[in-house]
Amino acid sequence: MLYYILRRLLLMIPTLLVISLLIFFIIELPTGDYITNQIAALRAIGEEASIAKLEFLRKEFSLDKPFFERYLIWIGLWPGPHGLDGLIQGNWGWSFEFDKPVEQVVGPTLPLTIVLNFATILFVYIVSFPIGIYSATRQYSWGDYGFTLLGYIGLATPNFLLALLLLYGFNRWFGMSIGGLMDPQYIDQPWSVDKMLSVLAHLIVPTIVIGTSGTAAMIRRLRANLLDELHKQYVTTGRAKGLKENQLLVKYPLRMAINPFIADIGNLIPSLVSGSVIVSVVMSLPTVGPVLLSALQSQDQFLSGFILLFVAVLTLIGMLISDLLLAVLDPRIRLGGRAAS
Amino acid sequence: MNVLSIEGLTVDFNTAEGKVRAVDDVSFVVPENRTVALVGESGSGKTVISQTIMGLLPEAASITSGRVILAHPSGAEPPVDIATLERKGPQMRHMRGNRVAIIFQEPMTSLSPLHTIGDQIGEAALLHRNCSRAEARELTRDMLRLVQFPDPERGLDTFPFELSGGLRQRAMIAMAMICNPSLLIADEPTTALDVTIQAEILKLIRDVQQELRMAVLMITHDFGVVANMADEIAVIYHGRIMERGTAEQLFSNPQHDYLKALLNAVPSFHMEKSERLVPIRPIEINSAEMTSNRPKCDVPPGEPLVELRNVTKQFTLRKGSFLGGKPKTMTALDCINLTIKRGECLGLVGESGSGKTTAAKTILRALDIEDGEVVYNRGKGLENVADLTGADLMDYRRRVQLIFQDPFSSLNPRMTINDILTEPLEIHGIGTPDSRAERARNLMSLVGLDPRYLRRYPHSFSGGQRQRIGIARALTLNPEFLLCDEPTSALDVSVQAQILNLLQDLKRDLNLTYLFVSHNLAVVDYIADRIAVMCRGRLVEMGETRKVVAKPLHPYTKALLSAVPEPDLSAPLDFAALDANRASEPHLWPDPFKITEGVTPTLVELEPGHFVCAPGLQNTGALKGTAA
Repeated sequence: MLYYILRRLLLMIPTLLVISLLIFFIIELPTGDYITNQIAALRAIGEEASIAKLEFLRKEFSLDKPFFERYLIWIGLWPGPHGLDGLIQGNWGWSFEFDKPVEQVVGPTLPLTIVLNFATILFVYIVSFPIGIYSATRQYSWGDYGFTLLGYIGLATPNFLLALLLLYGFNRWFGMSIGGLMDPQYIDQPWSVDKMLSVLAHLIVPTIVIGTSGTAAMIRRLRANLLDELHKQYVTTGRAKGLKENQLLVKYPLRMAINPFIADIGNLIPSLVSGSVIVSVVMSLPTVGPVLLSALQSQDQFLSGFILLFVAVLTLIGMLISDLLLAVLDPRIRLGGRAAS
Repeated sequence: MNVLSIEGLTVDFNTAEGKVRAVDDVSFVVPENRTVALVGESGSGKTVISQTIMGLLPEAASITSGRVILAHPSGAEPPVDIATLERKGPQMRHMRGNRVAIIFQEPMTSLSPLHTIGDQIGEAALLHRNCSRAEARELTRDMLRLVQFPDPERGLDTFPFELSGGLRQRAMIAMAMICNPSLLIADEPTTALDVTIQAEILKLIRDVQQELRMAVLMITHDFGVVANMADEIAVIYHGRIMERGTAEQLFSNPQHDYLKALLNAVPSFHMEKSERLVPIRPIEINSAEMTSNRPKCDVPPGEPLVELRNVTKQFTLRKGSFLGGKPKTMTALDCINLTIKRGECLGLVGESGSGKTTAAKTILRALDIEDGEVVYNRGKGLENVADLTGADLMDYRRRVQLIFQDPFSSLNPRMTINDILTEPLEIHGIGTPDSRAERARNLMSLVGLDPRYLRRYPHSFSGGQRQRIGIARALTLNPEFLLCDEPTSALDVSVQAQILNLLQDLKRDLNLTYLFVSHNLAVVDYIADRIAVMCRGRLVEMGETRKVVAKPLHPYTKALLSAVPEPDLSAPLDFAALDANRASEPHLWPDPFKITEGVTPTLVELEPGHFVCAPGLQNTGALKGTAA
């Protein structure tokens, strides 16, 4: 098992390298870069004076070098103007748009992004699990139909619309100010219990909004899986032993049906991040979503590259967690090699 | 005393089309320490009776009348009428697994893949015997020893996927036995197993029964099993008991027409070559004008049509990763040499996993082989099949066709029968739409089905009808060589007789050549001219059917033949001899048959036309007439 974890961790290195190359390639696909666009704009209005500074920046960030060299300098495997100084060395790059290091631009948003994602995944699982089991064990009952209808509505409603509706509703009936991730008076204040509570209260709506479609999809999947398992022979075997229905359900078919549930952890993360961009803009949440959007629009390449890589790392970690959990839960995966004969 | 007495049991199913009577006024008893066999075709209501006894009937079923009384042999608990108990209630749960236990047909699916054997077996003890986990584990170990698990201590912590089918069925039996039930229901316990393992499991059930003195209700359609196991027999047809009596009475003097018909439909050894099986519902075939537009075959009868020369096939079980780990391979075919002559039927026999199907697929060129060659005579001498391309390959595909084992999964459920039958013609661009439709109609009447069924979908046919459609599809292109991959193993005996007769008639009328793959020796004995026996990817014996069956030379063939249960009370299985005969391990065979790693399995002609794999004899040349 230890060997397996180690192997998985080692495998993540080449995977990350390939992903970073792809990201860098795709970001550089549009012609020009942030600096050349600026220079062109300045030329057009005749401001020759500032151009010298921009030319300096071009040299400073090696934008005049060939593609592969630029890539290797970015990740820190090739000496740039300041020697080896890239992602591996902990330098996340420079944001041209904000005129600050990337670290300072995204730094405060990263923990909140992780918190929001974690809360959403938790929400998806906690809500979909009991509903999925209920729908499967009472197939074609009124409850099943009701949840199915709700699920389809959840799938079909655009997230931002739901966000606006909930914003209005929560403000109107519960008197909560909803925009942002905390009440305005706590911004830039040190952490305290009140601030924590404020953050938690503000998490409710975005979690529901971002998690709804994922929950609906998960309910359908769990229901379908469990329905398949309920009619398998080994369930009858268990019943023939004299097990109670509830014990039987939890011990056998549910254990089998849970596999895809776990395997989805890794898949959920990127869809949540990309799905939450518009919601974050609408609800003015300080996550990386809106930053990514503006960075992509202005070709702020180091900033957008870093954020994309960050999401990729989250995904890989999610995949690792789900694979390890699967190996723990399913002996066929853990011991697959032993049953070769 | 009678452990189980069923009196006038009637079970109805509420379906969308109204009530369907599945069991109609059934009465029989199962006495203590006796085995009663419930025999019938699929759909006759056997399983519904077993479900009634276990209280496992589906929601749609209801017991309309009758009593199902379960008595305790020692009188410790008063007799209970199961028919009146609530199916999911505590009283019924108390009976299930404790007083009545069941073994199912499919050992592969009836155990949960995620829990250890020990956990699943011990569970019943925890539920009913009021014992601690440690005691349950102890009991489970004893049970595994009782069912002769090779290493009971280690067996406790193995998962079902690590065990073979035979061992899984042993685990199922241990699970059923752990609470010492007074009644064991065995629902086709050996149908999914190989003959050698079947014999072992039957022996095990008998041994356990003697030790625990329980009553056994054996549900089966196999008269070989019945003859070896049953004290009493009840024959069921369409939910009604047709005939009841002791095994001696029913085998020696069957009264009812249905039982007579069933007995006549079973192939057995020592049948005359000219003797035909009598199916219960015989089919008329109409083979007129079926061989027009066939590619010409100039190979005279008796000449080699297909030859396998040193064919070797390996499967990769697990790929090596770039971080280390060697790829694991398994040799499915090890240097196979086989000749099939035009006009004959060669039976290929062996246990599951012996490489029979792989051999058939290599002939079809559905698999690429690692070494050796498959040659085929299309009238221009023997050509290597692997070299055929383009038009030549299409021509080869027209000549060689396959009939699949499972008639349920081998027909596309979204295509009508008409589409299924005309698709090969469209692929090969043969004929016009009109002539194709005509061909489909002819094929239907050829296999004895009504051409009006062409517009239906596969789900509206029974297993036997589907298999006939599968045969019709294989015949669409007018092939000269048919590979039959266990075409009857998923079917009832009565339907099996129907299909076997159909294949024989077609062979005669259409002048076909067969490779008939099966694990059922009696079936192969009935249909094949020559037999080839395979074990672990090697060909171990080959010769004329008569000779091989009457005088097997290889230890594996002998073991295989001795394990076939015969539907004849005078020829019972020799259970005592089974233990010693673990004959499917090539390195345990005695000299000169012994095959170890790296030894080429060589066939030696010990008698004229009778080859045996005996690497130890290859240097001494053919020893005619001096075989052991």
